[in-house]
Formats: sequence, structure tokens, C-alpha cells
Amino acid sequence: MTEIGLGHYLTLGAVIFSIGTIGIFLNRKNIIVILMSIELILLAVNINLVSFSIFLGDIAGQVFTLFILTVAAAEAAIGLAIIVVYYRNSGTIRVEEIDKLKG
Amino acid sequence: MNNLNLVLPEIFISISIMFLLVLGVFKKDSSKLIFNISLIVLFITLIITFNETFAINRKTLFNDSVVIDYMSSLMKIITLIATFLVLVISSSYLKTTKIFKIEYPILILSSVLGMLIMISSNDLIVFYMGLELQSLALYVLATFNRDKLKSSEAGLKYFVLSALSSGLLLYGCSLVYGFSGSTNFDIISNQLNSNEYVLTFGIVFILVGLAFKISAVPFHMWAPDVYEGSPTSVTLFFTMVPKIAALTVFIRFLYVPFLNLIDQWQMIIIFLSLASMIFGAIAAIGQTNIKRLIAYSSIGHVGYTLAGLATGTNEGIQSSIIYITIYIVMNLALFSGLLMLRRNNQYHEDIEDLSGLSKNHPLLSISLLIVLFSLAGIPPLAGFFAKFYIFKAVLEESMYFLAIVGLLSTVISAFYYLRIIKIIYFDNQKDQYDNDHSLWLKFTITLSTILVLIYFIFPSQLIDLVSRINII
Repeated sequence: MTEIGLGHYLTLGAVIFSIGTIGIFLNRKNIIVILMSIELILLAVNINLVSFSIFLGDIAGQVFTLFILTVAAAEAAIGLAIIVVYYRNSGTIRVEEIDKLKG
Repeated sequence: MNNLNLVLPEIFISISIMFLLVLGVFKKDSSKLIFNISLIVLFITLIITFNETFAINRKTLFNDSVVIDYMSSLMKIITLIATFLVLVISSSYLKTTKIFKIEYPILILSSVLGMLIMISSNDLIVFYMGLELQSLALYVLATFNRDKLKSSEAGLKYFVLSALSSGLLLYGCSLVYGFSGSTNFDIISNQLNSNEYVLTFGIVFILVGLAFKISAVPFHMWAPDVYEGSPTSVTLFFTMVPKIAALTVFIRFLYVPFLNLIDQWQMIIIFLSLASMIFGAIAAIGQTNIKRLIAYSSIGHVGYTLAGLATGTNEGIQSSIIYITIYIVMNLALFSGLLMLRRNNQYHEDIEDLSGLSKNHPLLSISLLIVLFSLAGIPPLAGFFAKFYIFKAVLEESMYFLAIVGLLSTVISAFYYLRIIKIIYFDNQKDQYDNDHSLWLKFTITLSTILVLIYFIFPSQLIDLVSRINII
């Protein structure tokens, strides 16, 4: 059995962060998936901060995590509201059809 | 806790926001009242900021997480003046497009509160909270004309890309926190040494997030769409006010926590600056919508501002701040002109709509002419001096390549500014626009045009103001 150290947590954070980022750019189907990817990115940051906080013995990282959780909730609420407004105007939330503004 | 008066502007503005929200809920048809109270709130905040903090050299509060120094007071004052003028000239636009609602001034106030917090933050947590307060209000503002497809699409795009950039920025913050052991800027600055390559990752992530916020190339793709789709009054707000706060945060990040790592970030800033200047000059050429053109031109102007930051000297920082101030004045004049293009309760925003404007509206055309010449950087107007200070600071550090590319892109971008002037003065005239503009709109366009025009007589005033900024 190997000891689970800081590196493992950071790797987990990096993997989740990459999944989130790639999810935003590869996703061509649904805007809700983009919201989920953004949440994944924020969760990766939280994992990073909490593990750093434990291994440094410093509480600031955990406080930061609580703030990020709160802000993420507010952000998701506003994001869903904007998606609803958009859906009412256009009748679709498919990512490839969001192209009225370009040039 | 004896120094609470230093954060009095923030306290006052947040209490006012809550009061206005309650007032708006309980009083029917109060949008005009709330709009006027918001203007008064901004004005009082301006006076408080001036009185309480302007004379202070440097003080920190709340366990060093908030810093009040000369730069933060100056930037707060610029933010508040710009917001006041933006709000006051957008009232007739809001009424005409039927989005004159109680939420509008309250959202503007909340985003200004976020910017004030960002400007005086000295801690990663405080900085992040300010940034998010500003962004959340701006998402809603971009979507404000919610029955229009374009506006909601602009809001959606801004939301997705801005949330992504916040995520990148946070990831950078978490790495910096982990490898320095603190969220405080001063402690980070003492702890960092350039041997940790993971730190470079953290810095790159933070810089990418900030570059998104000020729309520097290659993270600019949201700007043209959002600027075109949002209501014009919101576009006006977007092009000016968040850029001041983001620039201040940029300066703070680069020159407080990351000062020792200048070798690592200098090349990144130079690249961002070069790419923004070139892209802003070239991509604006083919545009037909004025708001879209302004978006590309603002990308170019951000490039010049970043060139000043890349130098790593106090002169560079000061010239960047002068640049952004003059840019704000020019933009204010340009948008006041744009807000005057109204005919039969319909606002026009294509370059074609300016055709032959000089025959019907000679005064408006003159001020647009002055502002466009100034944006193109033609002496003796203010825009020329702004660029001159930047190039002077860059050349003193012997960064010749940056200066040469900057000059070349100035020449290229002169083309599309001069093309608008040609359309205004030499193309076939169209129907007359309405002339019953509000007094504030006339006042703002006159004031900003005169400032642009006579800046060369009193250049020392602005230079004196910024010369007290000594970050390094």
C-alpha cells in the first residue's frame, strides 16, 4: 500500500480540471453540459485548495473553499436564468445553433 | 478596527444597494426615483472616497487583506466618475428601448461595488469575491434586454466564457496559495522564489484569467459578440469601467506578489500586448457595426495599455494608467455620439448610418471627427499623448520590437478610424436624426470632446496625478 500524499490529490484536481476544460470546448450539443463543466472546474479548484490547506496546516484554504462554493451556487443560478431567457427567445439551447452574433 | 472610515465608500454603496432594492420592491413605478437616487449615491460615494482616502499613502485593514493606497483611491475615483457619466447619459436610451427598470441602476451599483473591492484587494479571497460580484452583475446587465435574441445570446456567451476564465483564475490562485502558503499578496511576494516550476503554471493561469477579463488577444473572442449584442448603454459600461478595475488588479498582481518572478511573466505580457495591438488593428477593418468595431478597437487599446505594464518600471505603470484614463474620455465621447443617432425611437448602430452626417449635424460630426482622430493617435489630440507616454516608457527599457510593432499597428488602425471620418464627411447624406437629446448627453459629449482637444495645453495636470503612484 502506498501512502496517499499531496501529489495524489493534486493529480486528481488536475484531472478533474482538465475534464471540465475539455468538456467546455469539445461539447457541441447542449449548453447545460457547459454549466456542468464549469462546476467541475470549480470542484477541482476546491479539491486543490482543501488538500493544500491540510498539508500546509493553514486554515485559509478551507475558508476560500467555502467562499467558492457559495459563489458557484450563485453563478449556477444566474447561468440557468440566462439559459431560460435565451431558450424563450430562440427555442433552442443547442450550442452549434448559438450563432446569431458573428462577423 | 479604528480605520473603518477607509472602507466607508464600500460600506455606503452596499447599504444603498440594499435600501434601493427594498424601495424598488415596495414602491410602485419607482424606476425613475431609483435611477436618480443611484446617481446621488454614486456622487456621494465619490465625495467620500475623495475625502477619506485620497490623502493616504498606504494603509491596510482586516488583517492586511484590504489595502488603501494612492493608486486604489485614484482608480476608485476614476471608476466612480466614469460610472456616473455612463449612467447619466444612458437614461434616454433606456427609456426608448423600454428597459428603464429598477434593476438596471442597482445592478450597475453592485458591479461598481465589486470593482471597488477588486481595486483595493490585497488578498486572493477578497480579490475573488470582488471579481465575482462584478461579473455576476455584468452577466445580468448584458442580458438586460431580455426579449431580444441578440441581448440574451450576448449574455449567454459572456456568462460561459467569463465563468470559464474565473475557473482558470481560481486554479491559478489555488496553485499560488499551495506553493506560497498564504493568500495575502505581501506574504506571497516574500515567499515566492523562481525555482518552483509549478508556480509558473499558477502565474500563467492567473494571467490567462485576467487577460480574459480585459479582453486581450488570444482571450478576446467574447468581446465583439458581447459588445454587439448587449444594449448600447451596457456596451458603453463594458468598454470602460470593468477595464479600469481589471487593469488595477493586473498591476497589483504583477507588481506585488509576482514582482520577483518578472522574468517569467514579462514575456507573457509582451506577447499579449503584441497580439492585441496587431489583432485589434487588423480585425476591425472589415466591420460594419460600430459597436463591433469599437470592440476590436478596444482590444487594440488594451494592447497598448499592456505594453506599459510589460516594462516593469514605475513609468510604465503610470503611462498605462494615463492611457486608460484618456481612452475612457475618448470612448465616452464616441458613445455619446452613438447614443445621439436616434430616429423615430429607433437607435442606429451601423457605420452606414453615419453616412453624410456632417450635412445634417455639423456639431456632432465635428466632435466625432476630433474623437476619431484622437483614437487614431494624431497630434496634438489626447490620444497621441497617451500613446507617446507608452512608447516613451517602452523605449526607455530598450524594448524596440514592442515599440515598432505598436507604431505599425497605430498606422494600420488609423485606416478604419479615417474611413469612418470619410463616411461622415464625404458620403451621401441620409435622413436627419432626432435633435431632442438630454442635457446630460450634450454636456458629456461637449466636455469629453473639449478635454480631448485641449489636453495638450495642460498635460501636466494628469501627469502630476499619476506621478505619485509608486508600486515598486
